[in-house]
Amino acid sequence: MLGRLRFRHGVHPPELKELTARVPIRRLPFPAELVLPLRQHGGKPARAVVRVGDRVERGDTLGEADGFVSTPLHASAAGTVSDLGLWPHPDGSYAPAIRLAVDPASPQALRPRLVPEWTALEPAGLVEAIRQAGVVGLGGAAFPTHVKLSPPKDVKIDTILINGCECEPYLTTDHRTMVEYPERVHLGLRIMMRCLGVGRAMIGIERNKPDALEAIRATLPKDLDVTVHALEVKYPQGAEKMLIESLLDREVPSGKLPMHVGVVVQNVASAATIAEVFETGLPLIERIVTVTGRGVRRPGNFIVPVGTKIRDLVQAAGGLTEDAREIVFGGPMMGAAQASLDIPVLKGTTGVVVLTAADTKPTVSYPCIRCGHCLDACPVFLNPQLLGQLALKERWDEMATNHLADCMLCGCCGYTCPSNIPLPQLFQLAKAALRKRPAA
Amino acid sequence: MSAPPLLVTASPHVGAGDSTPKIMWNVVASLVPVVLAATWFFGPSVPLVVGAALVGAVGAERAFGRRGTLADGSAVITGLLLGLTLPAGLPLWMAFVGGAFSIAIGKLIFGGLGQNVFNPALLGRAFLQASFPVALTTWPLPGTAETWWALRGDNFALPFASARVADTLTGATPLGRMKFEHQPTALWDLVLGTTTGSLGETSALLILLCGGYLALRNYLNWRIPASLFATVAVVETLLHALAPARFPDALFMLFSGGLMLGAMYMATDLVTSPVTNLGCWIFGAGIGVLVLVIRLWGGLAEGVMYAILIMNALVPFLNRWTQPRLFGTTRIAPGR
Repeated sequence: MLGRLRFRHGVHPPELKELTARVPIRRLPFPAELVLPLRQHGGKPARAVVRVGDRVERGDTLGEADGFVSTPLHASAAGTVSDLGLWPHPDGSYAPAIRLAVDPASPQALRPRLVPEWTALEPAGLVEAIRQAGVVGLGGAAFPTHVKLSPPKDVKIDTILINGCECEPYLTTDHRTMVEYPERVHLGLRIMMRCLGVGRAMIGIERNKPDALEAIRATLPKDLDVTVHALEVKYPQGAEKMLIESLLDREVPSGKLPMHVGVVVQNVASAATIAEVFETGLPLIERIVTVTGRGVRRPGNFIVPVGTKIRDLVQAAGGLTEDAREIVFGGPMMGAAQASLDIPVLKGTTGVVVLTAADTKPTVSYPCIRCGHCLDACPVFLNPQLLGQLALKERWDEMATNHLADCMLCGCCGYTCPSNIPLPQLFQLAKAALRKRPAA
Repeated sequence: MSAPPLLVTASPHVGAGDSTPKIMWNVVASLVPVVLAATWFFGPSVPLVVGAALVGAVGAERAFGRRGTLADGSAVITGLLLGLTLPAGLPLWMAFVGGAFSIAIGKLIFGGLGQNVFNPALLGRAFLQASFPVALTTWPLPGTAETWWALRGDNFALPFASARVADTLTGATPLGRMKFEHQPTALWDLVLGTTTGSLGETSALLILLCGGYLALRNYLNWRIPASLFATVAVVETLLHALAPARFPDALFMLFSGGLMLGAMYMATDLVTSPVTNLGCWIFGAGIGVLVLVIRLWGGLAEGVMYAILIMNALVPFLNRWTQPRLFGTTRIAPGR
């Protein structure tokens, strides 16, 4: 059954996508140095297999997968390993990373195929090839793709949903991918349908991207049951649970995953990347990043090697303006502010948004006036007002009984709060405090 | 490229653009026409009484509140609203004491903005009503063109001195006339406000418009007045049909007394109303029922104040009983 193409609650932040929505994707020259943190995704970080001084070619393995929920890490350019140590990570910590001095004399050419032809592979072999290519979700959360493509035996998947919502303000990587590489999206989807043995797929795109809808519709494969749907423009339309409700009218039960309602959700950029690794034979070593915001002079969409630093990206976008004030990885609703220009792009980094002083939110907050706006905004129907009051008193256990675990930190409550209470930050803090504590 | 001083804050990095002071000052602005209309009807006593309540409220906030809380505008709202519930002829010192009580006992003692259980302005009015029952129920008549300039009572009476016998014409409010003399008042007078009553009780239409502006900006939850009006209208229509002589019609009930000001400005106080939408429906309906019970069967002519204060006390329970249904619970995924 088809859903109503919308979900309940949510917010309408200004889209601000016009800065880069029509800027074609451009490839940047290789920077002098790349930094590749071993932790690129959810799950366990990769384990380094190179030493300082090693010469690596583009696509060589730098780190091996460590366990099932883990993927390998590859060299995104030819060069020399100059350091193995701690480096500022986008999550705010210092984390183990491989520094790569890029060889300025190397042609950085494509190499003989490292990833096998997909047509020759059985489903299990396809999933393994996707894993060996280091593919993770490119929509932001960066969950290893092969895990989603390997559901337990007792779970029956009937539909793959391709997420082309890109509901975060500013970002246009998914949008440009759909406009410029629609065939790749379809090929990646075809490969995933074979992996899962699923006959039906749906592509959901927010209505504010008519050119993407048109491009994806115009290239629809005739031999597959794939449908394209224009969805209401509302944040967080691209959250898995909301997308499933919009497209299929199914509610993912609290505490469960999409697969428990028979669905696997993948981002359009992830689908396009799967197609790309099988087309080029190179693993996931580059991605498309939107560098935007009123804090850069020439916003654009760029193909960059994984590990490119903010410094190089901002330079490609014409440099920072005088009033640039805050640099955010990902969109402004969920993204993390960065403290240094040396922080590198990860596989899951969708964009670099540079806010000017005028764009940043005031830091002063007021007492909660119980207006209830956060309850009307929360897409999973939590009571952020109550949770916020509990968090301020560090009553973590009561937060857990009030379903804190269902909070996906989408930021709707914080966006709408007139008292500017940092609700998502408080919830993140509470989640961390509860994780540290042994389960009662 | 040298690194600029970078700001690092938590997500979300964008906001809806509303702020608590902005909401509060919008409420203040929406009350200005109501005060002006009251001045039109009752003359220069109005700015004096409202001003005294305002000074009491703001002074208490300044004296006992945390530094800087005056700027959020909430004390100004309390002062204005309290002023609008008072009769024009009230001695100014009483209005001042009421304003100070509203803020000090009604709000600050609970911990300031956002912490109070009861609507501070109504708590202040309840205090005045209990302390000075005669002064609080002496209702001057609206002035005529010749008498507009005259004060509507002994506004400048000294504290605890017996007031001079006022030479102002006073009369019963429409609700009082209905309850004790069974005299109706023309609906048009109630809607426009050309009748006796407290300052803000009189111009029902204007209050509806000003409150409607706040509802449009989502600065008050429209479900509260909607459910309150609907409850009063339905119940009163039924009662009137059963016994027309005993019960006045629904329109009279809706447009008389403090119901309009209470419904649009007091019951919708964000802090003292429920946070859930279902809670707001129940809250409004509860006030509606209590208003009718007090007006029709109680000893008082008017019951809006006590109705709201009683429902204020129930808000924590309403919030607990009307928690939203968590996404992905109870409803089972439809069969495939």
